[in-house]
Amino acid sequence: MNDTAIQVEGVSKLYHIGANKTYKTARESLMSALSAPLRLAKQLARPKSEEPDPTDLWALKDVSFEVKRGEVVGIIGRNGAGKSTLLKVLARITEPTKGRISIHGRVGSLLEVGTGFHPELSGRENVFLNGAILGMRRAEIISKFDEIVAFAEVEKFIDTPVKHYSSGMYMRLAFAVAAHLEPEILIVDEVLAVGDMEFQKKCMGKMNDVAQQGRTVLFVSHNLAAIRQLCTSGVMLQRGRAVSYDKISNAVDSYINGGTEHGNILTHVNRIDKAISVTEITVNGSSNDELPLGDVRSITVEISGTVHEQLQMEMEVRVMDMYGLPLGFFSPGHLTGIVPQHKAGDFKLTRSFQLPPMSRGYYYLNIHLTHPGLHVWMEAQQAVRMTFEGTPTATGHVFEYAKGAGWVLLGTEPQNKAAASK
Amino acid sequence: MSQTISPTNPTPAPPPDALSTTVIEPRVGWQPIDLREIWHYRDLLFFLAWRDIKVRYKQTSLGAAWAVLQPLMTMVVFTIVFGKFAKMNTSPVIIFCAAVPWTLFASALSNAGNSLISNQNLISKVYFPRLIIPIASILSALVDFAIAFAVLLVMMGCYRIVPGWSVVLLPVFILLVLMSAMAVGLWLSALNVEYRDIRYIIPFLTQLWVFASPVGYKSSEVPEQWRTLYGLNPMAGVIEGFRWAMLGEVAPSFAMMGVSTAMIVVLLIGGLFYFRRMEKTFADLI
Repeated sequence: MNDTAIQVEGVSKLYHIGANKTYKTARESLMSALSAPLRLAKQLARPKSEEPDPTDLWALKDVSFEVKRGEVVGIIGRNGAGKSTLLKVLARITEPTKGRISIHGRVGSLLEVGTGFHPELSGRENVFLNGAILGMRRAEIISKFDEIVAFAEVEKFIDTPVKHYSSGMYMRLAFAVAAHLEPEILIVDEVLAVGDMEFQKKCMGKMNDVAQQGRTVLFVSHNLAAIRQLCTSGVMLQRGRAVSYDKISNAVDSYINGGTEHGNILTHVNRIDKAISVTEITVNGSSNDELPLGDVRSITVEISGTVHEQLQMEMEVRVMDMYGLPLGFFSPGHLTGIVPQHKAGDFKLTRSFQLPPMSRGYYYLNIHLTHPGLHVWMEAQQAVRMTFEGTPTATGHVFEYAKGAGWVLLGTEPQNKAAASK
Repeated sequence: MSQTISPTNPTPAPPPDALSTTVIEPRVGWQPIDLREIWHYRDLLFFLAWRDIKVRYKQTSLGAAWAVLQPLMTMVVFTIVFGKFAKMNTSPVIIFCAAVPWTLFASALSNAGNSLISNQNLISKVYFPRLIIPIASILSALVDFAIAFAVLLVMMGCYRIVPGWSVVLLPVFILLVLMSAMAVGLWLSALNVEYRDIRYIIPFLTQLWVFASPVGYKSSEVPEQWRTLYGLNPMAGVIEGFRWAMLGEVAPSFAMMGVSTAMIVVLLIGGLFYFRRMEKTFADLI
C-alpha cells in the first residue's frame, strides 16, 4: 500500500519579473512582433550564451520532498524564500516550470480566508458561494450549513449582507466555511495571522482536529510558535531551495540559527505601490539583512527612493521576536498624526528610535512606508534580523512606543529576579 | 470554550485506496478541453452565475428596468435613424425583435471579456477550470434577456403578430447567440489578462458591431450578391434567424445562415483552445 500523500520531485518555478511588472500593452507586443525578424537575426548572429536574464527569478529551484499520509508539515522560510510560490504550485493555481508533483487524494487549499466573499451578499449566500469556490458540492454545503453557522457564531446575522459584518464576524464566517471543507489533503497559508486571540485559538483548535483525523496538512506560517505546536515535520525554504526535516523542532531550530544566506534588505520588500520605488533601505547604515547589534539599542532606519506622484507617507517599524510574534511598534505618523507630504521626486526618509533592554536572541524588523490607517506604500516583512547579545534577564518583553513616554513595557515575564537586580 | 464547537461527527479520512491521484507537471503546447472536469464543477458554475445576477440586481437601483431600457432605447434610436432618416423598410417591432438578442449578445460579450479581470482574486487564490468564469458570466446575461423577451412578447401582442412554426427553432438561435458571445468572449477574456487595452476595446467593438449587424435594418437591405459574405459577421445570421423565428416573414438566406454558423463554430473552437493554452499563465499575469 502506498502511504505517500504528496511527492514533489525537482520542482522549479521561474518568474520573468521584468515582464511581470507592468501589463503589456497591445502596442508593445505589436512593436516586438514587428521587430521580431530583426531580433531573430541578432540572436542567430550571436553565439548562444548561457547568461541568465537579470530579470528572471527562480522562485523555486529544484525542490523535492515527500509528505506521508497523515503528516502535518510546516513550511517555513523568510519572505521571498518561495513559500507562497510552493503553495500556489501545490494548489494548482500556477504551473511549475520544471519538475513533477503527484498528489494522492482530494486537495483543499486555503490560501486566503474568504476567497470570493461578496460584500453585497448575505452571510447565507456567501457560505454557498465560498463553499462552491473551495470545491464543495451543493448538497455537501446544505448538510453542513448549520454546523458552519454555529461555528462562526453569526446565527442572528446570517441573512444580513456581509458588508455590515464586523471584521471579526466576517473572518469567523469565512474560516468556518473553510474549516468544514473535508479534503484528504489540506494546504493552509497564514490564515491564523488574522483575527483576535480568541479566533486564532479557535482556528488552531480546528487545525488540530483536522490533524487528529489523520488528514494530511501543509501549513505555512511566520508564526513559528504555531508551527511548532501543530506540525510534526517541516520543510525549510531558503531562496527557492528546500531542506526537509523529519522533526519540526529541527526545522525550526535550523531556521532560527541557520539563516545562513545573507542578502540585501531590499529582497524582503514583498509589497510596493506603483507610485513609489525604493532604491535602498539601510538599518544603522547597513543594507544587509543580518544585523548583529551586540548591546546597541538605538536603531536608525533610512529609506531612499523615488515617489512618482505627490503623496503622504511616513515610516513604520515593527519589532518581532524570533517566532514572528509582534513585540513593538514604532510609528511617528500614528503618534503625532503628522504625515509628511512628498512631492514627486527622490526622497530619503530617516527615522531613529530607541529599543528597550532586549533579551539575548534574534529579532526581526518589519519596515513599512504608510499613510497610517489609509494606505501601505511599501511593506518589507522580516526585512532585517537583529541579533542582541543582551543580558539574559527576562525572556519576553512586550512594549509599545507611546507619545512622550518612550517605550512602554506592557508586560514582562517576572523571572530571573536575581539577574534583573544585579 | 471555543474548541468544544467542533463538528459533531467528523468524517474520518477515507482509506488510501479510494483516493484519486493528481499529477502536476508543466504542460506544453495545446491542451484538450476537459469537459468532464467542467461538469464536475457545475455547482460552482451555477453559483458564480447566480452571484453575478444577484449582485447586479442588488447594486443597481433600476434593476430589472435596465434589461428593458437598453433594447428599448436601441429601438427608439434605430427607428428614427434607419426608418425616418434612411427611409429603410423597417418598423419598431422588427428592430426591437433584433435588439433583444443583440443586447443579450453585447452584454454577454462584455461580461465574458472582463470576467477574468473582475474575478482575479479567485484566479490567484483557488484552482478550478478557468473556463467556468467566462461561461458563468455569459449565463448571467440570460436573466436580463428573459425580461426583455417578455416585453417583446407583449409588443408582438400589440401588433397582433403570432409567430409561425419557425418559433420551434427559437432555442437554437438563442443558443447560437450565446455561442457567438462565448466565441468572441473567450478570445477577449484571455487577451484581456495580458493586454488591458481590451477592456476599452469591448464597448467600442460592440458599438460598431451593432451597425454591421441587421439590428436597425433587415439583411435584405444588403445587396443580394454580398449577402453570403455578410454572413461572415456571425451575428448577421443569428439575428435574422431570431427575427424569422419570432416574426415569421421571409426565411433568411440559407447561405448566409450557414456562413454565420460556420463562423461561430470556428471562432468558438479556436477560442476554447486559445483559452486553454493561455490558462496556465493567468495566475502569474493577472
